[in-house]
Amino acid sequence: MENTRPKRVDIIFLMEGIDPIKVVENAIKKSPDDIILDMIDSGLKGRGGAGFPTGLKWKFTRNEDSYDKYVICNADEGEPGTFKDREILDRVPEKVFAGLAICGYTIGAREGFIYLRGEYNFLLPALNEKLDVFNAGLKKIGLDFTIQMRSGSGAYICGEESALFESMEGKRGEPRNKPPYPTVAGYLGKPTAINNVETLVYAFMIARIGPEKFKEMGTKDSRGSKVFSISGDTPKAGISELELGMSVQQFVDEFGDGDTKAVQVGGASGGCVPRKMFKETIIGYEGIPTGGSMMLFNSSRSMYNVLHDYLEFFTEESCGQCTPCRVGCQQLLKGIEAVKRGEKNPGYLDDLKKLAKTMKVAAKCGLGQSVANPFISIVSNFKEEIIY
Amino acid sequence: MSKYLVNLTINDIPVSVPEGTTILAAAKKLDFRIPTLCYHEDLCVAGNCRVCVVEQVGGRALIAACATPVSEGMQIHTNSAVVRTARKTIIELLLSEHNSDCTKCYKNGNCELQSLAHEYRVGDHVFIDLVNGKHRSIDDLSPSIIKDDSKCIRCQRCVRTCDELQGVSALAVAYKGDHQKISTFLDHPLVEVVCTNCGQCVNRCPVGALIEKTYVEEVWDVINNPNKHVVVQTAPAVRVAIGEELGYNPGERLTGKMVTALKRLGFDSVLDTDFTADLTILEEGTELLTRLKRAVVDKDPTVALPMTTSCSPGWIKFIEHTFPEYLPNVSTCKSPQQMFGALAKTYYAQKKGLKAQDITVVSIMPCTAKKYEANRPEMRSSGYKDVDYVLTTRELGMMIKQAGINFQNLEDSAYDSIMGESTGAAVIFGATGGVMEAALRTVYELVTGREVPFANLNILPVRGMEGVKEAKVKIEGCLPEWKFLDGIEVSCAVAHSLAHARKLMQAVKDGTAHYHFIEVMACPGGCLGGGGQPIPTNEDIRAKRAAAIYGEDEGLPLRKSHENPEVKMIYEEFLGAPNSHKSHSLLHTHYLVRKQY
Ligand code: SF4
Ligand code: SF4
Ligand code: SF4
Ligand code: SF4
Ligand code: FES
Repeated sequence: MENTRPKRVDIIFLMEGIDPIKVVENAIKKSPDDIILDMIDSGLKGRGGAGFPTGLKWKFTRNEDSYDKYVICNADEGEPGTFKDREILDRVPEKVFAGLAICGYTIGAREGFIYLRGEYNFLLPALNEKLDVFNAGLKKIGLDFTIQMRSGSGAYICGEESALFESMEGKRGEPRNKPPYPTVAGYLGKPTAINNVETLVYAFMIARIGPEKFKEMGTKDSRGSKVFSISGDTPKAGISELELGMSVQQFVDEFGDGDTKAVQVGGASGGCVPRKMFKETIIGYEGIPTGGSMMLFNSSRSMYNVLHDYLEFFTEESCGQCTPCRVGCQQLLKGIEAVKRGEKNPGYLDDLKKLAKTMKVAAKCGLGQSVANPFISIVSNFKEEIIY
Repeated sequence: MSKYLVNLTINDIPVSVPEGTTILAAAKKLDFRIPTLCYHEDLCVAGNCRVCVVEQVGGRALIAACATPVSEGMQIHTNSAVVRTARKTIIELLLSEHNSDCTKCYKNGNCELQSLAHEYRVGDHVFIDLVNGKHRSIDDLSPSIIKDDSKCIRCQRCVRTCDELQGVSALAVAYKGDHQKISTFLDHPLVEVVCTNCGQCVNRCPVGALIEKTYVEEVWDVINNPNKHVVVQTAPAVRVAIGEELGYNPGERLTGKMVTALKRLGFDSVLDTDFTADLTILEEGTELLTRLKRAVVDKDPTVALPMTTSCSPGWIKFIEHTFPEYLPNVSTCKSPQQMFGALAKTYYAQKKGLKAQDITVVSIMPCTAKKYEANRPEMRSSGYKDVDYVLTTRELGMMIKQAGINFQNLEDSAYDSIMGESTGAAVIFGATGGVMEAALRTVYELVTGREVPFANLNILPVRGMEGVKEAKVKIEGCLPEWKFLDGIEVSCAVAHSLAHARKLMQAVKDGTAHYHFIEVMACPGGCLGGGGQPIPTNEDIRAKRAAAIYGEDEGLPLRKSHENPEVKMIYEEFLGAPNSHKSHSLLHTHYLVRKQY
């Protein structure tokens, strides 16, 4: 895609001529194993950010021998700068429902849940109304599967899948030890396939049109397209669905304001790409992966403030159970403040980078592990802004 | 399910262990110790402190050895460069958040964080002190327990203890991020919530964040007060555990040396709670028989059965909060400690020609709940506070060390008299099932005139570490006055740890279990695993203390409570008969309904 503009795609929000229940009815004429083969063939990876191949996730859950299994849609969209799932649930909820139903049929689950971010509770009445109709539709086509809504209470950590299960079980949202993984022991200790909102819609579309069209797009490691939440210093803030495989430069050419100095890819827990690396950095699993958040910063922004905000966020949103994350976040935050005030000399930033590296390998879950992403990328590339 | 073996290497040494084994356990097998903080043998795995992280060759991140099961072909390094850096950093982080005033700290010298800090020599760490800015909140309102959040490392051992082991859930994790802490319902002090004062959390806290409230200084003061006659009583479970505070391995029976040490500390009279344990059996046994008679002969529908024991104050507070509708079922007998206190300031005072107000009663207990119990307003039947100070086994160890006594070289000596006589039945009060066994030994003989039909008096079904144990004893060939019991099968249950007690009481409540008599001890293993016992306490150590207790029982000439000569004497001289009016006023009590949070 050298020097071309990012290609806009219209899969996720396309509703014309689509009857989700009909699609489900057709999809389940195939055997679960065939659906799994299609998903694997499509190359679809989880759109929440971690990028686990969806087909494999379904396969592992299907292979578990258990009477009770669950499928869960993770709609706890809390990553700063991400707002695509809200848009999807607002505009095309039936496609999410249908994705859940197809997944449920595939893995052998009879119950599905949508775990909705507490701040999105305003969507609940409409979603519940549509769910009633949809559940009735499933009954009509003879699929033994129902979907219910569940609400979070505003903790970022509950987007971590095992903390989400804890929360759904009525407990404090703290990540669990892994293994066991959700496909083996998830919600209520039963095999659970947990998928991001966007992933389910792509899965639905793959079930509808087959894997070919999907895998034609993107690159070897990052097939298909993706919905981006674009914010910051951009004249085109909002949601865009784009084919994967573009470089940050191509992205900035399209969405920047002409003065972009850095792009934070993947939200607060993602990495910061400075201007000098725009060209070489591919947005995708071969480069910098993202759950969809793209924050653009122009030269009027202080990267110290950006990093400070992120660290404040993590210091508050860490569940607090494990040492590297609970204490590490506080140390990183207090540390850059001390350097800024001149109470610690600039060399202390190297100690902090070492700390961030330890957090990356020693924290219990993805939250604590990923704090190193913004920290190291911002401190390394904008050292002067941090110190002075 | 048969388990197959998994092969792996740890620090390049091959090892095979059954599937499901943790890396921590596999390493132990090869004599590699991996440091831990949140891990405790008695509890489910939390995996939150992260000091146990190890490197798996090819792995993306380090893994927690306590929380990760082995897998085939794994190559683990427990001391590689990246592991060492991570481990040291984690200890440093903990210290940056910790009020590390070791020299002023109660746990100085027996602290897992301190040992790690020492092992890794992290004195010069670079991190910013986070304690300063934070409010230091100390809850010292409970007579049993002090909670100091500035020492807490958030390992959640206490939370897991209170929830899983005790089924109480007085402690929980509250807030998140930098505000995360261990708290109670609405941050109320421990005395105002469902806490039973069992001290199991204290026993498992690796640092000084949960400690017993100590009365050692007060006790030294009374010992040194020439106007006070200071009487000390020792609970059954202390004698098999005190050694652990003084350099012995677990399971050592040290009754004689302990008595000598107490005399050397300066107590005026060294007496035995065993005496009132035997007395409890006669009082409680009679109470049980009376209830059975009312049920069987008088067909009185109001009689509260099953009757439960009452010697564990943690259990009493638990049932007051949790199953208050069953309070009539609880024996009205005070615990042996409180019977002792009431008698020391009446009977003993009278016999010794002392005034009650000049006597101070000190108890050495395996228990922190006993501290709370002694402070209950009901416990003043002598007209004074019946028991003045309660010390734990650990505090006794501390006093012996402070006095410079070379414990290991002490000669044995015998308890003083009166109220120093013991039987094997009293000693086994210290183990789960012991009260039941002692009661059966006496009640059966009282009713039939024959010994309980178990080989060598050992009622094995009520022994051991099963959470809930059941036994049935058929009563046959009764003496004439007990004819109404002929053919009745007395059905008994024994529970230890409050989580099991809850299960048992729920079954009784649901009508799915039917018993005549229930023994409950709040602590795992009974008093031998009490919250005031030496740290560490775990399954293996409890088993060793139990073996010592049963050994002590077998070694004693008298093994039935009703044979205790001092018990016979006190009925003749002072109390009259079991459950007499005088007994009731001194040895029995009543309970309160408490709120459920
Ligand atoms: S890394 Fe942070 S959020 Fe994750 S378990 Fe540890 S403290 Fe909780
Ligand atoms: S808890 Fe341990 S490390 Fe902390 S002050 Fe006390 S002895 Fe020292
Ligand atoms: S003393 Fe017992 S009941 Fe109280 S908080 Fe500790 S473990 Fe829970
Ligand atoms: S109080 Fe003690 S046991 Fe509880 S979390 Fe804190 S350090 Fe751990
Ligand atoms: S001991 Fe393993 S994480 Fe704490």
